[in-house]
Amino acid sequence: MRGIAILAAAAALFTAQDAFAAGNAEAPKSVDWAHEGLFGTYDRAAAQRGMQVYREVCSGCHGLNYIAFRNLTEIGLTEDQAKVVAAEYTIVDGPNDEGEMFERPGKLSDYFPAPFENEKAARAANSGAMPPDLSLIVKARPGFENYLYSLLTGYGEPPENVELMEGMFYNPYFPGHQIAMGEPLGEDAVEYADGTKATVDQLARDVTSFLAWAAEPTMEARKRMGVKVMLFLIIFSVLLYAVKRKVWADQH
Amino acid sequence: MSGFQTNNAVIKWIEYRLPIFSYVNDHLVDYPTPKNLNYWWNFGSLAGVMLVVQIVTGIVLAMHYQPHADLAFASTEHIMRDVNYGWLMRYMHANGGSMFFLAVYIHIFRGIYYGSYKAPREILWWMGIIIFILMMATAFMGYVLPWGQMSFWAATVITNLFSAVPIAGEAIVSWMWGGFSVDNPTLNRFYSLHYLLPFMIFAVVFIHLWALHHRKSNNPLGIDIKGPQDTLPFHPYYTAKDLYGMGVFGVLFAFFLFFAPNYLGHPDNYIPADPLVTPAHIVPEWYFLPFYAILRAIPDKLLGVVAMFASILILFVLPWLDTSKVRSASFRPVYKLLFWAFLVDCIVLGYIGGQPVEGVFIVIGRLATALYFLFFLALPLIGWFEKPKKLPESIAKAVLKEDGGGGGTPEGAAARAEDRG
Repeated sequence: MRGIAILAAAAALFTAQDAFAAGNAEAPKSVDWAHEGLFGTYDRAAAQRGMQVYREVCSGCHGLNYIAFRNLTEIGLTEDQAKVVAAEYTIVDGPNDEGEMFERPGKLSDYFPAPFENEKAARAANSGAMPPDLSLIVKARPGFENYLYSLLTGYGEPPENVELMEGMFYNPYFPGHQIAMGEPLGEDAVEYADGTKATVDQLARDVTSFLAWAAEPTMEARKRMGVKVMLFLIIFSVLLYAVKRKVWADQH
Repeated sequence: MSGFQTNNAVIKWIEYRLPIFSYVNDHLVDYPTPKNLNYWWNFGSLAGVMLVVQIVTGIVLAMHYQPHADLAFASTEHIMRDVNYGWLMRYMHANGGSMFFLAVYIHIFRGIYYGSYKAPREILWWMGIIIFILMMATAFMGYVLPWGQMSFWAATVITNLFSAVPIAGEAIVSWMWGGFSVDNPTLNRFYSLHYLLPFMIFAVVFIHLWALHHRKSNNPLGIDIKGPQDTLPFHPYYTAKDLYGMGVFGVLFAFFLFFAPNYLGHPDNYIPADPLVTPAHIVPEWYFLPFYAILRAIPDKLLGVVAMFASILILFVLPWLDTSKVRSASFRPVYKLLFWAFLVDCIVLGYIGGQPVEGVFIVIGRLATALYFLFFLALPLIGWFEKPKKLPESIAKAVLKEDGGGGGTPEGAAARAEDRG
């Protein structure tokens, strides 16, 4: 068993590539997330506030392709609340029987509409940069939640020796330190319905919680099953060990 | 030959026409197995179990996956989000691949340590290498299927290796791609082959087992079975021991599957494939890193490719490079040292394979590559000058002596790992 542990550690060593994958970016700040750990679950209140941040701040440029309005019940919205959110969006549907495309309010089965018609339109509106879809952003960057939080809270004035390219902003957590997205979050950028004070730190935490859920909505089910499976396998292995000893008893 | 007996008329009727009951009895029940196998012998059956896990989860995934460049990434997310227990199937398949390689690597190193490749098991060893090569092809093509950034660029880098072939290189590569770059035709054929190869592996596993059961298992002492006193029936002794090993291995598998399912993966593969954006560092999965390090250690493209393939193919001639008549490293002091150096070297190569090609990593990578091949080149010499320790007379005698003497298997680590009941 010691050998297995050594080999597992060796395998783990092989994957320690994140350090350089982020280029010269600063190591992200470390934040405690409610959904970390063996039993961690998403902070529903934070995720709902984060959805508000996404809708009011991010969604102008960033899509959320893989999230349907029906999914919102998973972060604690009731079905009626999710329907209200959906209806606030206009969805292009069709063609109808006359062959025309038409607009209608969103339904639970619709997905968050993309902010731009296509990549060309997105780049044209963002001085050549492509705002990535946020559905998987938390899983798609080294550093994960901590990276996103650090990026959102990490804007600042460039050091004297750094000359920013035109239309770029300084952010030490971004690979290369120059990012096309301006500082997205400001104090009171949204007015939270639950009265939480909308500091930049709070906004960044909330939207990161929401996007962590968006990246992996099945995480809670996975961990719940994992605890049961691990318990079962450990107890079962102990029993199998006892069986093995009993079977081999006459050989020793 | 078979010790199989029955009074059941139905079983007799079938047995007369298709001797399936005596076959199972001969190979899974009465099958004579050396009585001194330690826990390092568990990994063959574990690898077999992982192959079955991969095939079963893979078939389910194939029911929901779309092998099209425009749909593959989205269909993978569809599996993760909308298919019932799709996340379970996908993570089981992705991490199951790593577990399969882990089991197979331990299995291979066990074979190298105990000289399991030596006569009369050379063909058994060859079949194992063929399985390993098929596994690498299957895993590589499987990694391309989610069509993320790392999928796309790994496919580009690896298929481009063949452009190093003189004269025909470019033609071979566009033939493999089905076009002028990695694109939808490439994805389609990789999917087709990714579905096919596991069944070829399955077939070679049968030949592997056929050869194994013909000449029987090697054992930690590396000496031949001399009679029934040296063996135990496979069932219940080794069925019980293998099942226990599966339980423990299952805990490790479950840990990665449920609590760190993306740990062995790469974040870039959650970005859809984009032929216009090259990732900062293209790295393969962990199980390819040692070979990737060898490839990149050589500054010349063709020679790098040759070295990488040679590092695998050299295993085929291992039975003849090793000139010692003694199988087990337990009785070969020099070979044992060399084995551990080789193992460490492979781990170093794995580490280097995950690092960028710059500075000190280049130097270490080249040194480690040289040492990798030196191990094989040193073997004929060692067999010639090494003085092996005295071999026990028989497995039975060694086992009895050991029980009396309070546990003295020659190899310390193996002895501690082994349960002495």
